Amino acid sequence: MTTTTRPVQATPRRRPARGRLGRWSLVVVLSLGCFVVLLPVVWMVLTSLKTSDQVFVNPPLWLFTPQWHNYVEVLTLVPFQRYILNTATIVGFVVLGTLLSCSFCAYGFARLRAPGRNAIFFVLMATLMLPTTVTLVPTYIVFNNLGWLNTFKPLILPAFFGSAFFVFLFRQFFLGIPKELEEAARIDGAGYLRIWWTIFMPLSWPVIATVSVFTFVGAYNDFFGPVIYLSEESKYTIAVALSYFSGSPRIGPQMHLTMAATTIAALPSVVVFLLAQRQFVRGITVSGINK
Amino acid sequence: MSAVQVDRAVAPGAGRTRTATRSRRNRRREAIWCYVFIAPAVLGLLLFSLGPMVASFLLSFTSYDLLSSPQWTGLENYAALASDGLFRKSLAVSLVYGLVSVPATLVLALVLAIMLNAKIPALGFFRSAYYLPSVISGVAVAMLWKWLFNGEYGLINVALGKIGIAGPAWLTDENWALRALIFMSLWGFGGTMLIYLAGLQGVPKELYEAAQVDGATRWRQHLHVTVPMLSSVTLFNLIMGVINALQVFAEPFVLTPNGGPDNSTLLLSVYLYQNAFQYLKMGYASAIAWVTFAIILALTALVFRSMPLWVHTEGGDER
Repeated sequence: MTTTTRPVQATPRRRPARGRLGRWSLVVVLSLGCFVVLLPVVWMVLTSLKTSDQVFVNPPLWLFTPQWHNYVEVLTLVPFQRYILNTATIVGFVVLGTLLSCSFCAYGFARLRAPGRNAIFFVLMATLMLPTTVTLVPTYIVFNNLGWLNTFKPLILPAFFGSAFFVFLFRQFFLGIPKELEEAARIDGAGYLRIWWTIFMPLSWPVIATVSVFTFVGAYNDFFGPVIYLSEESKYTIAVALSYFSGSPRIGPQMHLTMAATTIAALPSVVVFLLAQRQFVRGITVSGINK
Repeated sequence: MSAVQVDRAVAPGAGRTRTATRSRRNRRREAIWCYVFIAPAVLGLLLFSLGPMVASFLLSFTSYDLLSSPQWTGLENYAALASDGLFRKSLAVSLVYGLVSVPATLVLALVLAIMLNAKIPALGFFRSAYYLPSVISGVAVAMLWKWLFNGEYGLINVALGKIGIAGPAWLTDENWALRALIFMSLWGFGGTMLIYLAGLQGVPKELYEAAQVDGATRWRQHLHVTVPMLSSVTLFNLIMGVINALQVFAEPFVLTPNGGPDNSTLLLSVYLYQNAFQYLKMGYASAIAWVTFAIILALTALVFRSMPLWVHTEGGDER
């Protein structure tokens, strides 16, 4: 933080020297910060590889023989495959539904003219400010009356009806696609559906990646939804199962196993982020602010 | 549009009236398709936003336990809220949480975004590393921090012990539990930072050059160029931060179950959850939701009202 207060340089000619020095001090500060920010993650992985006794050694051990079998133990102590399958089902459908519905609606908002379109868009954007807690109770009551409690439907279905922020991201990106491309396709007799699917979608990889990562991480980490809608243990998602770990009789207060489970739970989001990262940052920059 | 041009080219004489009807028909077709395309969003708006919003508002004037039909009780829920000590406590907890965690996150995110906007080696690595914690959110983060905050063996107290400070029991100490939650929330500054980074791409380089010519230090350049130029981004981050802070649920729920020691971490969302899904007081919970909403609206209005004081709108010579 102190690196931002660097001495002023009077003559532009000496700038490169200062630049190099400044740059390296910046790297040093950022590395230190990085260490602090990532330390909790390192600590999590280290704990997950200790024996139950090593966990409670003070001062903590930094060097020890990793107990990889902790992971096997966690995966067999609880029906983890079940949780993975449940989570994959929900997250898969949510990502699919969000991508389809949001890009579909965004095409209409970005490219097709109709009376009232802008007013509807405005109202849609206004709902971004609506806290989920306001809609929560009635939505729960409706799903309860439909008999959908303890099914995945309440968690999956809403994704197919667009969500304001992602419609916005897609729309911003679509606005930047040249009109000529579309007109050429129309002369060739392509309908709007075809244009959306065969021209706009294939061009939208940065946004698709961004929306996928956001939706994946959101749905994967979602806790409130599964906790209120799913009651049977066989329906639990990883997030819900994890929250019951420390209290569960099978795992109990065994911190090394809890941390192994936490590491497993954290892994998918990290992998998805690292895979999509390049597209992701570009997607934000292109569609987010620069319009 | 293209059809119009083709028509004109083929029949230049009689084109006028034909193109008029043709384009009107085209316009109608386009409008119908537009409605088809935006239909899912409109349905979603009605089914999952506006509909429930109206229902929730009506429910807040009733007493409803899911089993018998709702009973209209007028303003009773709101009156009960006014004299509910726990509600007042949760209100205070939420406000403290939001007022400390949101500004702190903004400052941290902005400083790091500025640092990560420089041309330095391993930039990609640094950006990913700082963003990484916000990818692991929710329960996993809560489980991890529960361990870090462990009074005896947690990394935080071990580190504090190294420099001769006896750390508190954090999550089980009513004076420290909320501070622990706030501290943990800072770890998720990555999302805000990314939006700032995107905003920084739009700040014209000439402004820095001009400031440099005027002899401004780096520090002053950021204070007088970067911060004002990013004020609209700050506005966005601020409003989103407030909304999120008033809704945070997973972390407090897992870290400090049942509102924490002596309800010291009883955030509004946790109190709402307890009322709705543990005591099945759906009407009361709706009233809490509406008070939360009113607070968000008031805070947002306050932010917008204060805008002229701190949000920089682009000058006339720019566009």
